[in-house]
Amino acid sequence: METRGDFEVQLEGMREYYRGGNTRGASWRKSQLRGLGRLLEEREAEMNAALEFDLGKHPVESYRDEIGSLIKSVNYALGCLKGWMSAEKAKLPLAAVLTTAEIIPEPLGLVLIISSWNFPFGLSLEPLIGALAAGNVVVLKPSEVAPRCSSLLANVLPAYLDPKAVKVVEGGPTISEQLIQQKWDKILFTGSARVGRMVMAAAANHLTPVTLELGGKCPAVLDSLSNSWVREVAVQRILGSKFSACAGQACIAIDYVLVETKFSSTLLELMKVWISKMLGENPRESRSMARIVNKNHFFRLKTLLEDPNVKASIVYGGSMDENSLFIEPTILLDPPLESGLMQDEIFGPLLPIITLKKIEDSINFINSRPKPLAIYVFTHNDSLRKRMVAETSSGSVTFNDAMVQYVADTLPFGGIGESGMGNYHGKFSFDTFSHHKAVVRRSFLVDFWFRFPPWNDHKLQLFRSMYLFDYLRVLLTVLGLKKSKQD
Amino acid sequence: MAGEDKKQQPFDSKAASSLVAELRGAFASGTTRSYQWRESQLRGLLRMTDEHEQDITAALRSDLGKPELESVLYEAAMLRNSCKFALKELQRWMMPEKVKTSLTTFPSSAEIVSEPLGVVLIISAWNYPYCMRHFSFFIFPVSFASFTILFVVPTFFLHYLSVLSLDPVVGAIAAGNAVVLKPSEIAPATSALLAKLLGEYMDSSSIRVVEGAVPETTALLEQKWDKIFYTGNGRVGQIVMAAAAKHLTPVVLELGGKSPVVVDSGINLQIACRRIIVGKWGNNNGQACIASDYIITTKDLAPKLVDVLKNELETFYGKNPLESKDLSRIVNSNHFTRLTKLLDEDKVSKKVVYGGERDPTKLQIAPTILLDVPRDSLIMNEEIFGPLLPILTVDKLEESFDIIKSGAKPLAAYIFTNDKKLKEHFVNNVSAGGLVVNDTTVHLAVHTLPFGGVGESGIGAYHGKFSFDAFSHKKAVVYRSFMGDAAIRYPPYTNGKLRLMKALLGGSILGILRALFGRS
Repeated sequence: METRGDFEVQLEGMREYYRGGNTRGASWRKSQLRGLGRLLEEREAEMNAALEFDLGKHPVESYRDEIGSLIKSVNYALGCLKGWMSAEKAKLPLAAVLTTAEIIPEPLGLVLIISSWNFPFGLSLEPLIGALAAGNVVVLKPSEVAPRCSSLLANVLPAYLDPKAVKVVEGGPTISEQLIQQKWDKILFTGSARVGRMVMAAAANHLTPVTLELGGKCPAVLDSLSNSWVREVAVQRILGSKFSACAGQACIAIDYVLVETKFSSTLLELMKVWISKMLGENPRESRSMARIVNKNHFFRLKTLLEDPNVKASIVYGGSMDENSLFIEPTILLDPPLESGLMQDEIFGPLLPIITLKKIEDSINFINSRPKPLAIYVFTHNDSLRKRMVAETSSGSVTFNDAMVQYVADTLPFGGIGESGMGNYHGKFSFDTFSHHKAVVRRSFLVDFWFRFPPWNDHKLQLFRSMYLFDYLRVLLTVLGLKKSKQD
Repeated sequence: MAGEDKKQQPFDSKAASSLVAELRGAFASGTTRSYQWRESQLRGLLRMTDEHEQDITAALRSDLGKPELESVLYEAAMLRNSCKFALKELQRWMMPEKVKTSLTTFPSSAEIVSEPLGVVLIISAWNYPYCMRHFSFFIFPVSFASFTILFVVPTFFLHYLSVLSLDPVVGAIAAGNAVVLKPSEIAPATSALLAKLLGEYMDSSSIRVVEGAVPETTALLEQKWDKIFYTGNGRVGQIVMAAAAKHLTPVVLELGGKSPVVVDSGINLQIACRRIIVGKWGNNNGQACIASDYIITTKDLAPKLVDVLKNELETFYGKNPLESKDLSRIVNSNHFTRLTKLLDEDKVSKKVVYGGERDPTKLQIAPTILLDVPRDSLIMNEEIFGPLLPILTVDKLEESFDIIKSGAKPLAAYIFTNDKKLKEHFVNNVSAGGLVVNDTTVHLAVHTLPFGGVGESGIGAYHGKFSFDAFSHKKAVVYRSFMGDAAIRYPPYTNGKLRLMKALLGGSILGILRALFGRS
């Protein structure tokens, strides 16, 4: 067990290593990214096993959501690194011939990444890619709620990455609390809003900038769709996003569906058909659906369903097995809006369908609740599309699908309001772990006599004109052809 | 009108809360989102500046006793420039940015939409204006000289207070937010004037000014904002961020630090000194966060440097600088006392090589140079924010980098050198908000550069488009077709699907074809 003192010594060692310039060069950064790439290739089987142990995930789910996505991100970062690292010239007015201005990205220093348990590899390593690409030294604190994954990370990362620059600290809330009290150059936190507040409050003591990836209730708005094939695609995507990604325990999973009353029974029938097609008769055995991560969350979800009015609204599923921590895919039709189920982020395989008179009412419905991480809208209607983008606010909006925004390297991934601050993925990861330093270079060769005191009206007039970019007037003033006057 | 109400009742939590509720209602109505509204407000700011120059001058004179001409002119001009730049670029800034999508989401299109954050709070230096942004730097594209001049005018930071207050407002409005501005209470006449003028010229359903000091600011900080922009010192910055944490409100903190100037030999010392002087004493008599705080030079060069500085200072401010009209006074007696304490500390008082005179009745301190002050003196351990310039000497100039790195990251750092290697070493290894080679403070005026700190000198940046971005949410929008991968991503999971997925995530067409045809 490390003492606080030991730990602080380690951190200081990491800062020293950083100050020594070891992590600045492109070749070091590339070597780290390649190391991650090799880790993902060579340890896929162990990662799958850990994910199965901690969460009951199927290897294909693991690949789709974490390993595969990480491989993509590592390759993307390797390909883009040179461009990301290069200085960006800033435009100066045309006449500024002997002056240059540019923005140079530099690492922040020692950064802390705290990840969550639902995508323990993805949420640890995706930020790590950005932090290393940006040249920082990193402490990673994986979630203890997924213990096998956490210890796998602690064991393998030192073998693939520079151990002086990347350290994994395992542990529970006490360790996390100690960590956030330290002085970091940046903290990227993925987790709940409640803990996010604590992280930011601790960061305030050191004026540490933070990126907080939090959560919310991500709605799916299902408009009337033109034909049955399209409807089936939509339903599959909705069900897939709810049930097949960590059994709904995902910040960007669809939390609830909004649909017009007149379509709700069609929707329900389609869902029943497709749940059984997609997840099979025994989703627990086939691992087409993950299990609930631990007893805490299991009981939390159980309690949500115990509310009698909520229970009465169950139209499919609802059975739970405490021993295997498994909850079957459950659909509810119009549970009460004041219930816990409809107030808190569900984070589980319970799918409420809320019916509305008109689909446009979904806009007010969404706006009267905290801003979510994502909004999903299934529609052909161009005007509804435009209104959704313009009138709602969320981390992101995806049309006709769900969760895919996660794998887009060119889109910022982050929340707004209660769902978070800051963003990452792709270049946004690099930027979030960088300081964009303004640099101006001037020449000694020319200077203006009237730049300096003592002041007089003549100098004043020159400035007035120059400031208005009135070159002619400047010339005339200098030549004595224009007198100074107040405008 | 907004400003007048506040004088009647104390502005407490309840008042703050109902102010925010009111502005939220205004924002929710969508008023501030349109291009027309944003444009009209920016034009309103322009008109306000044009039509009330005299009043602004008078307020500045009342608060800080500064001669009118210069101050108002440049402050007004600076704000005008910000507004004009925003007006020119606004449409472009408001347009969504299309982004490329890859095979992993094929077929799809995507863009990043900038949307306003909502209701934002802008606080300009509160309580102890250790660091207030000084807009004393302007870019003048020079027609007949061959470079851009950045001119520094001595001005009171009161008028900078106004500009300070308003420059973030320009960004917040351009981004379509509703705004509450809390100007600095150090300058009461200007604060009152701002409240009155903004009330007249701006849409007061969405833009308001709250005057006051600690109690009012505390009441404001208790509320839930969509962003808080604070300019001031680190201590208060921590308070602001801690308050923001309760509501998960993102912040921009423009703080301060000790901005060093490294001076090498083999340069035109006269020009360098002029630039240093103008960036220090020509900038509110040193009361500016990006003013040069201290110099580091070699033991060999130091005597010559001091001589040239003395000469140039005399040329600029005469033999009796306390009498010079071109030097600002110290803002108040608190700071005057603080600065004299720095000067009179035992280990430092004998190190004065120029200046040191002070006039408590006029709150004036003459430009003062100190040579070889001990590193553990008071003057070397806090941001000076005044007309005192300590010079540290080293054997080799490379040692200066270690000195700078041993302290907190400053808002700015400067170097005067012709040595290419030294320049590059400086640029690549010294971390600060911004750097200037062979000048000081000029980066402030470049609209295309982000202005902000790092580490203890701040979080976030602004100016130009960076202001617009600071007050916007960058929302990712993806448009997917119903065609595409309907089944492969979802259970039931098969090896075939896995192969196809690997190929898709790998992004190679060949891989996809092979997977589709059953080989991998």
